[in-house]
Amino acid sequence: MDLRTNYLGMELKNPIVVSPSPLTENLDNMKKMEDAGAAAIVMHSLFEEQITFMSEDLNENLQQGTMSFSEALTFFPEEQDYKMGPDSYLEHIRKAKEMVNIPVIGSLNGVSVGGWQDIATKIEQAGADALELNVYYIPTNPEQDGPHVENLYLDLMREVKKAITIPVAVKIGPYFSSTANMVQKLDQAGADGLVMFNRFYQPDLDLDNLEVKPDLTLSSSWELRLALRWVAILYSRIQADMAITGGVHTGTDALKAMTAGAKVAMMTSAILRKGIDHINTVLAEMTQWMEAHEYESIAQMQGSLSQRNCPNPAAFERANYMKIITCYTPNA
Amino acid sequence: MTRPMRTMDGNEAVANVAYQVSEVAAIYPITPSSNMGEWADQWMSEGRPNIWGTVPTVVEMQSEGGAAAAVHGALQTGSLTTTFTASQGLLLMIPSMFKIAGELTPAVFHISARTLATHALSIFGDHSDVMSARSTGFGMLASGSVQEAQDMALIAHAATLAARIPFMHYFDGFRTSHEENKIEVLQPADMRAMIDDQLVFAHRMRAMSPDRPVLRGTAQNPDVFFTAREACNPFYEACPAIVQQTMDKFAAVVGRQYHLFDYIGAPDAERVIVLMGSGAEAAAETIDYLVQKGEKIGAVIVRLYRPFSAAALLAAFPKTTKVIGVLDRTKEPGAAGEPLFMDVATAVTEATINGNSPFAVLPRIIGGRYGLSSREFTPAMIKSIFDEMRKEEPKRRFTVGINDDVSHTSISYDPSFSTESPETTRALFYGLGADGTVGANKNSIKILGEDAGFYAQGYFVYDSRKSGSMTTSHLRFGPKPIRSTYLITRANFVACHQFSFMEKFDVLRCADEGAVFLLNSIYGPDEVWDHLPKTAQRQIIEKKLKFFIINGFEVAKAAGMGGRINTVMQTCFFYISGVMPQAAAIEAIKTSIKNTYGKRGDTIVQKNWAAVDMAVEHLHEVKVPGTVTSTFDIRPAVPAHAPEFLHEFTAAILAESGETLPVSKMPVDGTFPTGTTQWEKRNIALEIPEWDEEICIQCGKCALVCPHGVIRAKIVEEETLADAPEGFKSARAKWKEFADNRYIMQIAPEDCTGCALCVQACPVKNKQQPKLRAINMVEQAPIRDRERERWNYFLSLPEVDRGAVKMNLVKDVQLLRPLFEFSGACAGCGETPYVKLISQLFGDRLYVANATGCSSIYGGNLPTTPWAFNADGRGPAWNNSLFEDAAEFGLGMRVTIDKQKEFAEELVKRLESQIGGTLAAELLSAEQKTEAGIQAQRERVAALKEKLAAIGTGEAKVLAHVADFLVRKTVWSMGGDGWAYDIGYGGLDHVIASGKDINLLVMDTEVYSNTGGQCSKATPRGAVAKFAAGGKPGSKKDLGLIAMTYGNVYVAQIAMGANDSHTIRAILEAEAYEGPSIVIAYSHCIAHGYNLVMGLEQQKNAVQSGHWPLYRFNPALKAEGKNPFQLDCKEPALDLDKYIYNETRYKMLTLSQPELAASLLEGAKEDVAARWRLYSYLAKMEFGSENETAVE
Repeated sequence: MDLRTNYLGMELKNPIVVSPSPLTENLDNMKKMEDAGAAAIVMHSLFEEQITFMSEDLNENLQQGTMSFSEALTFFPEEQDYKMGPDSYLEHIRKAKEMVNIPVIGSLNGVSVGGWQDIATKIEQAGADALELNVYYIPTNPEQDGPHVENLYLDLMREVKKAITIPVAVKIGPYFSSTANMVQKLDQAGADGLVMFNRFYQPDLDLDNLEVKPDLTLSSSWELRLALRWVAILYSRIQADMAITGGVHTGTDALKAMTAGAKVAMMTSAILRKGIDHINTVLAEMTQWMEAHEYESIAQMQGSLSQRNCPNPAAFERANYMKIITCYTPNA
Repeated sequence: MTRPMRTMDGNEAVANVAYQVSEVAAIYPITPSSNMGEWADQWMSEGRPNIWGTVPTVVEMQSEGGAAAAVHGALQTGSLTTTFTASQGLLLMIPSMFKIAGELTPAVFHISARTLATHALSIFGDHSDVMSARSTGFGMLASGSVQEAQDMALIAHAATLAARIPFMHYFDGFRTSHEENKIEVLQPADMRAMIDDQLVFAHRMRAMSPDRPVLRGTAQNPDVFFTAREACNPFYEACPAIVQQTMDKFAAVVGRQYHLFDYIGAPDAERVIVLMGSGAEAAAETIDYLVQKGEKIGAVIVRLYRPFSAAALLAAFPKTTKVIGVLDRTKEPGAAGEPLFMDVATAVTEATINGNSPFAVLPRIIGGRYGLSSREFTPAMIKSIFDEMRKEEPKRRFTVGINDDVSHTSISYDPSFSTESPETTRALFYGLGADGTVGANKNSIKILGEDAGFYAQGYFVYDSRKSGSMTTSHLRFGPKPIRSTYLITRANFVACHQFSFMEKFDVLRCADEGAVFLLNSIYGPDEVWDHLPKTAQRQIIEKKLKFFIINGFEVAKAAGMGGRINTVMQTCFFYISGVMPQAAAIEAIKTSIKNTYGKRGDTIVQKNWAAVDMAVEHLHEVKVPGTVTSTFDIRPAVPAHAPEFLHEFTAAILAESGETLPVSKMPVDGTFPTGTTQWEKRNIALEIPEWDEEICIQCGKCALVCPHGVIRAKIVEEETLADAPEGFKSARAKWKEFADNRYIMQIAPEDCTGCALCVQACPVKNKQQPKLRAINMVEQAPIRDRERERWNYFLSLPEVDRGAVKMNLVKDVQLLRPLFEFSGACAGCGETPYVKLISQLFGDRLYVANATGCSSIYGGNLPTTPWAFNADGRGPAWNNSLFEDAAEFGLGMRVTIDKQKEFAEELVKRLESQIGGTLAAELLSAEQKTEAGIQAQRERVAALKEKLAAIGTGEAKVLAHVADFLVRKTVWSMGGDGWAYDIGYGGLDHVIASGKDINLLVMDTEVYSNTGGQCSKATPRGAVAKFAAGGKPGSKKDLGLIAMTYGNVYVAQIAMGANDSHTIRAILEAEAYEGPSIVIAYSHCIAHGYNLVMGLEQQKNAVQSGHWPLYRFNPALKAEGKNPFQLDCKEPALDLDKYIYNETRYKMLTLSQPELAASLLEGAKEDVAARWRLYSYLAKMEFGSENETAVE
């Protein structure tokens, strides 16, 4: 079975790409991912805050209480160097590239423009095959309008594209007034890929302790649908490759992603839940299904159920919503 | 050879040489020498080689005694070995030093000479330590400046190999050890040229080796010992010549010529002083100045003090010398004279008697003491000595620099006399420790010295308090080398980085006429004048100061620097002073910022750069009015109603003029009144807690954890509050027994440090706004006056009846008045809550033997001290002996108490008939296990004393003097982990083995906190500390487990932040146990590297991760057939990394050496697991049967 696909100008042996998670912090895990059949790996994210916070935190704590009291002018030995900011991340990419033969995609997570060019360049120099920009931005300021938020994404994208030659994918959330328009703008601004969608983790409220509780819940196959819909709608309308992330748990999920028009299906939650070997299972399921249904290649099915190619394009639109609502019968 | 010119302090300059010409260093921290060991350890961890291309081994020992012994061993086996120490540390080395010298072993001990503790401890500089070691047989080589200290270090290492006599190389603590000065740095090639490998080989060949066995360390008898002791004489006789040859060789290699005794001054001088150390620099400056004015004076500077070469000394003097003034920086009470004086007098008189005196007539020789404990030694004082020497009848023994109005030893001086060169710029900066002033000034010194090409000197004076501490930076720079080894008193530039200082003391008293004054002011150029006190306004006008202001806080905040105004103020200094072209200065500052902060990340560099760029545009010159208009002046240091002692003594120190106090004002034996911190209103907190009486549940947790004793609670009857100030807060008391009373919580607004631990401890949340607690931080300034009035009123309210309080409840303990309050400990200190708790529970019958360290500094450093007394005048009796002996010191106290109690009981029995049988019987059988029982016994003792007064016999008088011992007393030896785990462990072990009723509180910060965070045996695996720069490789010593093995020792491990009830219970049980007790208390610390507001949370994490299991081992339970060991916490449920990586001491290793950090984390996890397995096993042991077995 020909599972090959092209993503960000790279030919991948299959469409299963591991998306960012703490698993990639361990190089052995990356090797296991390759062995399990992953076609590419998106590294865990380097967070903008990680770099600034780490510096500020270290500086503040090293200088706290110093040069105040005669007997204790400092409290720590002076280290020769710290692997601050991106240093350890870059080192990790370098080592990963030495260890695995599949493409390694760097991941930057942040919202502000300043400083990312430099880090993106370093990620490229460290050997990353591509870069994924994860713009995790929650616009909470009521004074900030939609175009302002959109420009933030676009400016960031352009800045990074200017700095590096490796392909750049942008990971976005679904909460734009016009997702299609935003995707088109990113596409026109030069994005090589669009990763849909970012899962904005929603905090819970803790009534017992009267606190807001940050909470991470892993995705389920159900969540796939949001991305499936938008990829299907946008298929063939933009130049950039699309990747689906969030809800890819099974071979069937991955195949759905392909038929919607994605070039790759990205997985995290399922691997975290079932282990790295689960990639093998997903690939086997895909092959099995494709053989059973006499497909020859992934290319053959990519976009087959997109809005453009599917038999009932209205299903992706308002008309379908009306139909579903009106036909819904509550369970007894 | 061109050698780099660099700015560094004396410690670094010396360590740089010692490290490169040694193979082994055995070290132990002690101020002010710790930095030398720290440099050596750091260089070792960086893999820096010595001149033979190998990385020296630096090993930290458990005490200076251990370090000296390890040095002895390393020397005996052939390594080139060194060590660094000072003060009491040197005293602990003395036994080994006799051995090392007795065996003619080449070695160099580098000593930043420091005062020995006598009537008080002092960390500052004088020669009392080295003079105490002068009989060891070590050579003694003195240096007086940073450059000399470096040079003499190398000369010492070279000479010792040739002479086979070990050397103490010493330089003045702080004045030289911590002074930053520009020096020519010796290069490895210089060292190679100076160290003769043949002599190194000879040293190795003399070493012990099984390949050529010899025996040393014999025991000798009267028949040969004396004779053998004299066998070393030729070596001592040869030594001075060898040192001179080494100095000559140094001159040939490096170009600087030294002599055993260097003479400076007029060739035909008639008055010559003799001295050594940094004072010689000030003397040289003074003599240069006065000789140019025609004075016939000079000085002989002693370099080699031992072996003492009388011939070389006499040769150094001009033949014209008529009066010799010998200056000793030490005191030997009761001696005929101080050591240097005696040596000089002997040399001169002996030469005269023998007919080989160089002098035409026998000079008069007088001797004086100066500069003890870094007391200033200025040109004015030096001139006064020469003036005294001119007199017909000068004082034969004198002091200078103090006002001795008791023994009249002091000679007076004219403080206005100055030799400061007009070419030298002198700048004074007053800052807070927290604002970064010193760090910036150290960088400025480097810029001026290395970029601007000036000679530059920086000396920094710090506070004795660890929170809200003031720093004063003294910077000099100019075209010529700077030898002014004294503080600046005439500054061309004065900067005050904290506006509040203007009201506290006379900031401008040292401003020279026409000087520039830079003030960090929240008030603008048009309004600042009205906010200055009269004294400041007057000086600005009279001295014609150029006055500039900047709102440094505003600029720093805008640049993202928080309260760190250092960069802003530094930029202004360069801009206004015009010492460098402005553009070059800005570039140099930015480069210096990059060098300092670059490795911590670009974010920090960018913020500092932004501060630099913004600073100048916010700088304003103030137009100075022609008249003083202020309506207020510098406020009194202590309130008018403070006790007389405070006014007569303490106030002067608080006003930065303690040096003006005469001898008559000094306690003769180091005895001071307690309870003095209450009179020093420091007002260092920007925010203080405010109580919300509506939602408070009155649990007392905030009061318990308050490290500074500023949160107080009382319960009073409602009618008592009739005259309360308006708005005075109270709530219905939530106690059954005080149901109708009012509960009050009050904060001491001017004593609070703003640490906010109380807010973290509060378990209550406001239902409408859960971000608020029952106690919340609010701005101090707007409520200061109101809260001051409330606090004073609160103090006037009656204290709770201690007999009515349940001592084991947190809720009740808050009602007990702390007898340890308002200490100068770090804001949020993790130790002081335990100390305060003990003072609350037992303070009125408490003896404290305090080990030297943080707790002795915040507990006993002048100007004010926190140990207090109650309304009856009772309170803790506190003393600090040494670092190493607190357990034994406490044991001595216990022995006294037991003995005197026994004696009192014997006397009661003897006088029973006169006292009355009932009273006597009650006195002898009193139950004193409860507060009520103790109170009853106090009343009995009072009754007894009345009867004894009436009886009036000799025995009755004796009993009256010891009767107080009939009331139960408690003894607590306290200290940190450096004391308990390391230097004092031997004594501690003996004391807990003694069976005596003594209590030991170990405040375990897992590091030597007071000396700046050196590794101790309490440091956990993986934590970075000084002397463990690569993370501590081994596990933490389990002191509690070791103590438990005795079986009869009460042992508890506590953490107040994790379980406050457990803490109280353990301390009560320890005190109640009639045998030795040791309580090991987790103490979060600034040296752990995180915001201490999270200290309590970290204590919880420490327990939940299994790093710090809570337990009690109570031998008393054995008698009840119970297992004495109780594990008082749950099985570890938190990953260790979730605890440790909140702290920089662990986290920094993940940034510098991630793989090593990961491996040490694994080891630390294994430590936790193993300890838990063992403790679980112990907790399950069955007791009461013959075979104690663990149950599953």
